[in-house]
Amino acid sequence: MSTPERIGTIREAINEALHEEMQRDPSIILMGEDVGLAGGVFKVTNGLLSAFGPERVFDTPIAEAGIVGLAVGAAMTGLRPIAEIMFSDFTTLASDQIVNQAAKLPYMTAGQTKVPLVVRTAMGAGRRAAAQHSQSLQAWYCHIPGLIVVMPSTPADAKGLLKSSIRDDNPVIFMEDKMMYNQKGPIPAGDYTIPLGKARIHREGRHAVVICTSSMLYPTLEAADTLSKGGIEITIIDPRTLSPLDMEPMIQAAKETGHVLIVDEGYRSFGVTAEIAARIQEDAFDYLDEPVRRLGAADVPVPFAPSLEDLTIPNAAQIVEIVNEMLA
Amino acid sequence: MIKELDNQNVSSNASKISTEVLLDMYRRMVTIRKFEETVYDVYSRGIMPGLAHLYTGMEAVAVGVCVNLKPTDNITSTHRGHGHLLAKGGEPKRMFAELLGKASGYNHGKGGSMHIVDMSLGILGANGIVAGGMGIAAGAALSAKVNHEDRVSVMFFGDGALNEGLFYETANMASLWKLPVVYIMENNTYGEYTSTNRSTAGTGPARAEAMMIPAVSVDGNDVLAVYDAACNAIEYARAGNGPRFVECHTYRWRGHHMGDQGDTYGYRTQQEIEEWMKKDPIPRFGQYLLSQNKTDEAALSAIDVQVQQLIDEAVEFAKQAPYPDPSEVYKHVYA
Repeated sequence: MSTPERIGTIREAINEALHEEMQRDPSIILMGEDVGLAGGVFKVTNGLLSAFGPERVFDTPIAEAGIVGLAVGAAMTGLRPIAEIMFSDFTTLASDQIVNQAAKLPYMTAGQTKVPLVVRTAMGAGRRAAAQHSQSLQAWYCHIPGLIVVMPSTPADAKGLLKSSIRDDNPVIFMEDKMMYNQKGPIPAGDYTIPLGKARIHREGRHAVVICTSSMLYPTLEAADTLSKGGIEITIIDPRTLSPLDMEPMIQAAKETGHVLIVDEGYRSFGVTAEIAARIQEDAFDYLDEPVRRLGAADVPVPFAPSLEDLTIPNAAQIVEIVNEMLA
Repeated sequence: MIKELDNQNVSSNASKISTEVLLDMYRRMVTIRKFEETVYDVYSRGIMPGLAHLYTGMEAVAVGVCVNLKPTDNITSTHRGHGHLLAKGGEPKRMFAELLGKASGYNHGKGGSMHIVDMSLGILGANGIVAGGMGIAAGAALSAKVNHEDRVSVMFFGDGALNEGLFYETANMASLWKLPVVYIMENNTYGEYTSTNRSTAGTGPARAEAMMIPAVSVDGNDVLAVYDAACNAIEYARAGNGPRFVECHTYRWRGHHMGDQGDTYGYRTQQEIEEWMKKDPIPRFGQYLLSQNKTDEAALSAIDVQVQQLIDEAVEFAKQAPYPDPSEVYKHVYA
């Protein structure tokens, strides 16, 4: 890529995308709890209030249904709102607005209205924040036709995917793993966009494919290094957009390697891993050497004690073990 | 508890209405009545699928409010939305076609009675979720404010919606940010099969006033009283002063929905229904027009005949209209 880039964090990448997009398009507004004066609980929206003023950056009351409700109405009437819901657990308070209003209005009205809305929200466990501040609810929103669900894993993807999400005419749920905000990597400068619904291949290997989402990329990369030392080379694919899914590269890699593991931090039951596994088995069954393997969060509310919480999140050692088992 | 809107007396706005507009208001009320009674008939004969929540008896509210609005102003409506849509200019033909699930309906048959939208008329939708329009109306007001556009949002909602959390979340922001929103609470005495008395502590206006939203309560079967209160509220919001709240006391003759006729569910008596039918807002307004020499019996009868013809044509159009092409099922999921 010829675009000049710098090294920065995912937090900086998202902040840069927000600044650039709000500069580019005056119809974009930002609203959420503490997003203005305080710069966001994770400091992701720092500086936007001073750059764009209270006419476009709204510190809202603690009222998630109201935030998304206003954002839906604003999106129907000419604005492109970005609503921050501080923790993805709190999107449940806004779920009527997301599921019954934003997702359905374009369809129910036969396209008379669009809802160009982005709901940004911090997800994932590992912060020792217990069961109501740690969930990974991506599968809930993937289950609803009309929503687009995006989960970036690198600073470059965060910037490029957020810009595309803001420019998209559909409601987008943009999930940011809170443990990745300090993750560093190249951030392409300027108008860098990544199409929604396109997977990214991070690494290519001939023995197995590991499909991983969001922060699960990092234990997967670590596992790949460990496996490589033992002579096992894996392909790593990050779908980046969970709905709609870009199945083609995943099917292709499944056919080439015959061994597939899917890693997602949502619950294993009825989750993202189940859907991807089902699709691979429908389209690549004859090429598989064994059933598709899955690794997700343990099916329990996320416990507080660090020693317990760590037992619920997929890790590199588990990925290494499963890949070794598959190839044994 | 309930205070006057301001120093203007109740008749001051209404006294300025031209005869032409008064007759248009009468025509709109008759249109809603005949539309709804035709839905009753068509539904009863099994021609219309789904659910139907009729506005019969409440016509003065929708008309008294909407006659104050510009085409560019927005409204949100409820599951009992036909009256609001007709009052804001909705076409009976396309509405009836939608009710019958036809391709030439407003939503290509994909929304039905509870989801009709006409963005070109500022109708941001009926809504199947109680209080569902409250976020949308306040959001539309937010966009009017951000874009410095002269657009007021009016949200119609029932007494039942007053107990939904979204009312407080959005009214708080609307008041805090002085958004151009007008709250029209249609207190039709019941939320589903439970009376307001049994479901609601205190009153709507008192709850609005707790959020610094000036509120008033009017006779919702008196179209001029509704007009007057709505006129004050809409002008106040349009001038950038923030939201206002108007409670309109009224009654839905035809129950919560088509399956709730007479005293089927035992929550109201036939006698109560008949008492309210005596307060019918349409002849009441007709009498007023005659007493003020604004019109004569022949002119009112002519309106009746013309409207009946319009509704008959709408039903015929809807019956003849084609069903949606099967390909429609997968269209418009995404923009």
